[in-house]
Amino acid sequence: MATQVFALIPHAGGKADDAALELLNAAQTLFPGCAPTALVLGSGPSLGAVATEVAAAFPEVWSFNQESLAYPNAELIRPLLTKVLPAGAVVMLSHSTLGIDLGPGLSVKLGAAYLPDVVGVDGVEGSLVKVVRQEFAGQVSAHVQADASKGLVISFRPGSFAPATASAAGTVVDKSAEAAGLTARRRFLEVVQAEAGDVDITREDVLVSVGRGIGEQDNLSLVDELAEAMGATVCCSRPIVDAKWLDKGRQVGTSGQTVKPKIYLALGISGAFQHLGGLKGSPFIVAVNKNPKAPIFQAAQVGVVADLMELLPELTEQIQKAK
Amino acid sequence: MDILVCVKRVPDSAENEISVAAGGADISREDLVYAVNEWDNYAVEEAIQIVEREGGSVTVVALGDSEIEESVRREMAMGAEQGLMLVDGAFTGSDGLGVATILKAAVQKGSYDLVLTGAQADDGAAQVGGMLAALLDYPYASLVNRVEVAGKSLRIGREIEGGSQELNEIDTPCVLSIQTGINEPRYVGLRGIRKVASVEIPVLDAAALGVDAAAVGQAAAKVRRVDYFVPVAGAGAEMLTGSTKEVAAQLVELLKAKGGIN
Ligand SMILES: Cc1cc2nc3c(=O)[nH]c(=O)nc-3n(C[C@H](O)[C@H](O)[C@H](O)COP(=O)(O)OP(=O)(O)OC[C@H]3O[C@@H](n4cnc5c(N)ncnc54)[C@H](O)[C@@H]3O)c2cc1C
Ligand SMILES: Nc1ncnc2c1ncn2[C@@H]1O[C@H](COP(=O)(O)O)[C@@H](O)[C@H]1O
Repeated sequence: MATQVFALIPHAGGKADDAALELLNAAQTLFPGCAPTALVLGSGPSLGAVATEVAAAFPEVWSFNQESLAYPNAELIRPLLTKVLPAGAVVMLSHSTLGIDLGPGLSVKLGAAYLPDVVGVDGVEGSLVKVVRQEFAGQVSAHVQADASKGLVISFRPGSFAPATASAAGTVVDKSAEAAGLTARRRFLEVVQAEAGDVDITREDVLVSVGRGIGEQDNLSLVDELAEAMGATVCCSRPIVDAKWLDKGRQVGTSGQTVKPKIYLALGISGAFQHLGGLKGSPFIVAVNKNPKAPIFQAAQVGVVADLMELLPELTEQIQKAK
Repeated sequence: MDILVCVKRVPDSAENEISVAAGGADISREDLVYAVNEWDNYAVEEAIQIVEREGGSVTVVALGDSEIEESVRREMAMGAEQGLMLVDGAFTGSDGLGVATILKAAVQKGSYDLVLTGAQADDGAAQVGGMLAALLDYPYASLVNRVEVAGKSLRIGREIEGGSQELNEIDTPCVLSIQTGINEPRYVGLRGIRKVASVEIPVLDAAALGVDAAAVGQAAAKVRRVDYFVPVAGAGAEMLTGSTKEVAAQLVELLKAKGGIN
């Protein structure tokens, strides 16, 4: 398939995100021998630094430098890309909060197929692009195919492709004029930083993390007692924060804290990628879950299939005795 | 403010062990517990709260087989006065774009200032809201975790990485996809469900919606699931077995050895 492949490069503070090289690897894996073009959008001199950095990996970089692009507003980027991309293009995005904002509508405007949150590739046959996705919060995987004959927008889950090695002497093409005069019916105002919580879970070596499997707020005392016996700190998955049972500062995951403990005890947590995305530094993970198929058992070193209500009191008691 | 909320009936992944049926064509559907997609409950709650503050109406729409009636009634019991069901054999096998195409027709049958969807559903695609907005040519914002009405426009918060919030102003009519945690969805009791049990819910098919049946469904889908499978796992976890006492004892030893007990 003779395809023109484009990758939208996320960046911040004058540096390209890790996703840049991951997208390059994904492009080379899916379309061997393709010469992907990097799309770099932003404002000011720091954008030049990003473009130069990316040109060391991609054969061509299109740079769009405009005041209006200082913050990545999908409602501005979508019409811009719809205007500048050739018919039938393959557009690669990171499945980030920007990718989620931009991708679905972009595929509609381009008349292209959309493959979101791809975790693996399975080859290309004619105009059919075959990939691997996950469904039901990672409990099962699926082979999915898209007819890319009218183009394709495809977003990749961050971290599911290793970074490619950067070895290009790419050219930077200044496309800034194309981005002049962009307006949108959604205007970016400001970013409000997440508030710091009552404890700093990012500095703890031993974390006892509780998920929806705990069932009820009252049952949290079982987790507190275990953590106290261990001398550990309690953190949690997102549903616990959504229910306001624990502070936002205790949430582990892509929309919470990134933690680097030595030991991570995951209690009643299914192991969604947004949760695991907040676990860095290869901790020793012990998972307790009543569902033997829970994806957390793929990430954990040690697993127990059990009901928390039975195991937690027993475990706490034995730890207290052992001390 | 007249608000349409799109809700999907899904196998509840928190309640079910999802497994692949023989041959991989589908997941095992026996004994599955279905529920309204988690994110959609937050969207319905948000719509109700906006209307409680600003006046207007909330309509809930679902696309699927006749079983969706249960889901629509549940959401109506939360406080949405109107329901709408989109049911037609021709809709089966639609991809995200097909679903959005059908929902677009439902939006255009009414007159809404705001359309809400959940951020994502059971297949984790997070696509229908954005596609619907593009088809309608409405502005769009995903992962919305705050909505305030300010005249003809809205001040909204979007959740971004690390839990920070991106504030935007967006013109109406628009489509927003709602993120969990934006509110606390109200509890629906049996009494609430009984109260809406006899409210009539219109059922629209392709003809009633004016949707070209050939433009949706399996045949028109550009994106298709080939099969489900369980990936060949890497090493996976070492599983501890035995009685509760025995397992706990093994865990104590392990945690001690790794420095997890201080
Ligand atoms: C944009 C975005 C950002 C997100 N960011 C985050 C984030 O930062 N952090 C995060 O955690 N999530 C995040 N999520 C949500 C994520 O997708 C999952 O929904 C969430 O992680 C699920 O939490 P959980 O594992 O506690 O609940 P569930 O997935 O409901 O899992 C509960 C588990 O408990 C088990 N269980 C139930 N009862 C028992 C029992 N009695 N004993 C033992 N086990 C039991 C079940 O088998 C199940 O595996 C995000 C989602 C989106 C879309
Ligand atoms: N069959 C459906 N009926 C009604 N709404 C739907 C349907 N499918 C998806 N949606 C809406 O689109 C949102 C995102 O779903 P998805 O794009 O499939 O992840 C859901 O939270 C619903 O609000």
